[in-house]
Amino acid sequence: MWSFIARRLAGGILLLVVASSLTYLLMNANSGGIALRILGDQATAEQIAAKEAELGLDRPVLERFGEWALGAVRGDLGTSWFTSEGVWHTVFSRLPVTLSLVVGTVVVTTIVATALGVLAATRRGRVDRVVQVLSVVGAAAPNFWIGLMLVVGFALTLRWFPATGFVSPAVSAAGWAASITLPIVALALGSVAAVTQQVRSAFIEVEGRDYVRTLRSRGLGERTVLFGHVLRGAATPALTVLALQFVGLLGGAVVVERVFALPGLGETIANATTSGDVPLVMGVVVVSVALVVVVNLVIDILAGWINPKARVS
Amino acid sequence: MSAAPLTTAPLTTAVLRASETGADRSLTRRLLRNPLGLTAIVLLGLIVLLSVLAPWIAPHDPNHVDLAVAFDPPSATHWLGADSAGRDVLSRLLTGGRLTLLGAAIGLTVAVVVGLVSGLVAGYYGGWFDTLSDLSTSLVMALPNMMILLAIRVVVGPSLWITMAVFGLLISPSIYRLVRSGVRQVRGELYVDAARVSGLSDARIIARHVLFVVRAPIIIQAAIIGGIAIAIQSGLEFLGLGDQTVPTWGVMLSEGFGNLYIAPLLILWPGLAIALTIGSLVLFGNALRDALEDKPAAPRLRGGVARQSTATATATATADDDVALSVRGLTVGYPTTSDALKTVIESVTFDVRRGEILGLVGESGSGKTQTAWSVLGLLPRGAVVESGAIVHDGVDLLADAGRTQRGLLGRRIAYVPQEPMSNLDPYFTVGHQLVAPMRKHLGLGRAEARDRATQLLAHVGIPDPVRTMKAYPHEISGGMAQRVLIAGAVSCDPDLIVADEPTTALDVTVQAEILDLLRSLQAERGLSMVLVTHNFGVVADLCDSVVVLRGGQVVEQGPAAALLSAPQHPYTRDLLAATLDGTAPRSVSDAAYAELEAAR
Repeated sequence: MWSFIARRLAGGILLLVVASSLTYLLMNANSGGIALRILGDQATAEQIAAKEAELGLDRPVLERFGEWALGAVRGDLGTSWFTSEGVWHTVFSRLPVTLSLVVGTVVVTTIVATALGVLAATRRGRVDRVVQVLSVVGAAAPNFWIGLMLVVGFALTLRWFPATGFVSPAVSAAGWAASITLPIVALALGSVAAVTQQVRSAFIEVEGRDYVRTLRSRGLGERTVLFGHVLRGAATPALTVLALQFVGLLGGAVVVERVFALPGLGETIANATTSGDVPLVMGVVVVSVALVVVVNLVIDILAGWINPKARVS
Repeated sequence: MSAAPLTTAPLTTAVLRASETGADRSLTRRLLRNPLGLTAIVLLGLIVLLSVLAPWIAPHDPNHVDLAVAFDPPSATHWLGADSAGRDVLSRLLTGGRLTLLGAAIGLTVAVVVGLVSGLVAGYYGGWFDTLSDLSTSLVMALPNMMILLAIRVVVGPSLWITMAVFGLLISPSIYRLVRSGVRQVRGELYVDAARVSGLSDARIIARHVLFVVRAPIIIQAAIIGGIAIAIQSGLEFLGLGDQTVPTWGVMLSEGFGNLYIAPLLILWPGLAIALTIGSLVLFGNALRDALEDKPAAPRLRGGVARQSTATATATATADDDVALSVRGLTVGYPTTSDALKTVIESVTFDVRRGEILGLVGESGSGKTQTAWSVLGLLPRGAVVESGAIVHDGVDLLADAGRTQRGLLGRRIAYVPQEPMSNLDPYFTVGHQLVAPMRKHLGLGRAEARDRATQLLAHVGIPDPVRTMKAYPHEISGGMAQRVLIAGAVSCDPDLIVADEPTTALDVTVQAEILDLLRSLQAERGLSMVLVTHNFGVVADLCDSVVVLRGGQVVEQGPAAALLSAPQHPYTRDLLAATLDGTAPRSVSDAAYAELEAAR
């Protein structure tokens, strides 16, 4: 089990290194015009040259990359070109918002998709058709549009929830819950649709296996067979889809945060992209890839815990 | 984005499997016969047509500003109203469709070209390219697309075309994996070898045989990717990161969002257009997949519990004290597409006396496993007991929709399956699978049950029972697994055992040991047993009486000794001759046959 975890961790670190190197080199390959953008149109050639020297843009890109990478390993992701605030600090003050959103969505998805998928697999008929329709709707409607509709319906018209803004759980737990409910619903619809489909088909596939017949023949109750054994067998493929969903949700959060004016990582990277704040964009990319690595590792360990065979391979 | 992770790996294999066997000409017809598929195609066609014709059919210049009509509601001149700058919403919607679809098409083209070429090369030639591309594929798949696209935008600026091309590159692994596994599968086929031997060039083999197989799966994946492309693109534009000078649907959404409090309707139209387009792409993909698999309607009934007619039932069942199991006029059918039932066993009647071993003999498809599963009440989903009775120890098992039958499973009636390795739950230890039924039926505590299970394992001839208790099924051999399953069957002291070809899947030497074990257990506990087999050697070895089945009907039955020495029915004689020749009847398993029946 330990060597299994170690191998997965090594793979994750490799991903992190490759992804951040490529992104860095790509983003820094063409650094002309940045100083002008920071200083404004009125800047003189000397001012621009001075600014470029200050930011280190006059040095070769590989040299700057080496410096950045050394800093990143020590936990220093540089300084924003526009606000002069530490990237590490900015990212970590925004992280809780995005994590509330994404983790909340994953939890909601897991619960709802498992319930719906199992229901569709065991009942078939009408429940099944409802789930099929839901999965098409969930896949078809972009999450930010669902978010907009939710804002119009529940926040502006019915006034049940705040339309925008984030309340820290440290300030008010109820306020926090109210502020992330609509965003989570907007994000969750799509992932619920995808994961439900997966749970449904995996459940049907596992229920048809020989050992399920044998377990039934032992006189174990239907509940034990379905929830103790079939669901466990169906969990591995469902977890794989959930991991993929997490990667997608990080992207989805970027747009949904804009809809609900949540000050998260997504809002940060969207603004940094518009202004061309390379260090900040890099910081967010690195932190989100790191998040993906951690989540994949957790999912792999979970899968290994559920499925004894996975630990070997 | 909501749809981003829809890279459906399980779909891939199912579709690949299906597309190999599926007759291709009728595929289009099946697709069009599906009402959802037809709707999707019509909708998509309409959207594409309107978008292409936009420059000619748009009632106004999409960029014509007229502040006098800003935020006007729908009117005769502006059917869908006007936006914040008084531009005609309908005209912008049509022109926006053109640009949005063009952007998606660029992403799709890049994804298909890159995925297809690299997948073909990696799958067909393997080698270092395969290793390298597989590695980079898993790297790319773990990247959050949206973040990367945002980073790219910093470098190249707000170009719709470049963004979509990069998106195509990021999503190409889903096509790559599809193509690679398809090519892998085909490459091993004999006809590809034959083509190579006959001197066809690699390029022609790929074009003629390999592309043919992956064609339909690629179309399905392309539909999904097209949807994701539109969602991602409009998401970026919604963030205000798109090219604001071209009126795409995403730009319109972004603009509507800015004026959400003034004119909430402005976000409705582009949103609907996006949802309709992606929705019909998804539906089209689903319909094509269904057409490929050519799935019949799934059966809805739980098998083996409902008896339709009781006319001939208990009346004829004997209340003989000496009979452990009495099967009378048992008829079982499976639903077909035309609502009629296809009968798989008909009027099967036999008695098992106490302490007797009865052999159910027949070739594959004779209905012997169906009979065994009926006795257990474990017929596959969809099966219907049309008529007949199964009486165990004087109790009609089918009387209350199978509740009595289920109540007896494990504690009075037990089952030994055919294929040992697939009949243990791979996720649980052997010990757990033995202990759970004993705790439930015998009311034992955890420690007691473990002790008893360990003793049982020793009793059925497992050399290191303590270690085996802790082992997972994949850690023990097939012969061991069958011993575990037999131990499980007898663990709660049943009086009737149904054994379905308990030795067929095992090595010859192990077969004899397992038969010995069954015999000794039966003798020691006075068990009654129904033994399903196609092997008359096993019958001669073990059985007291025999029922010969053919095509779901009993052709001959009687005491084993008499039937073996003087078979009356020609079919029995044929079967017997086949066994004596040493050639066993066809080895297609009954389980596989049952699956076929269930699917029919």
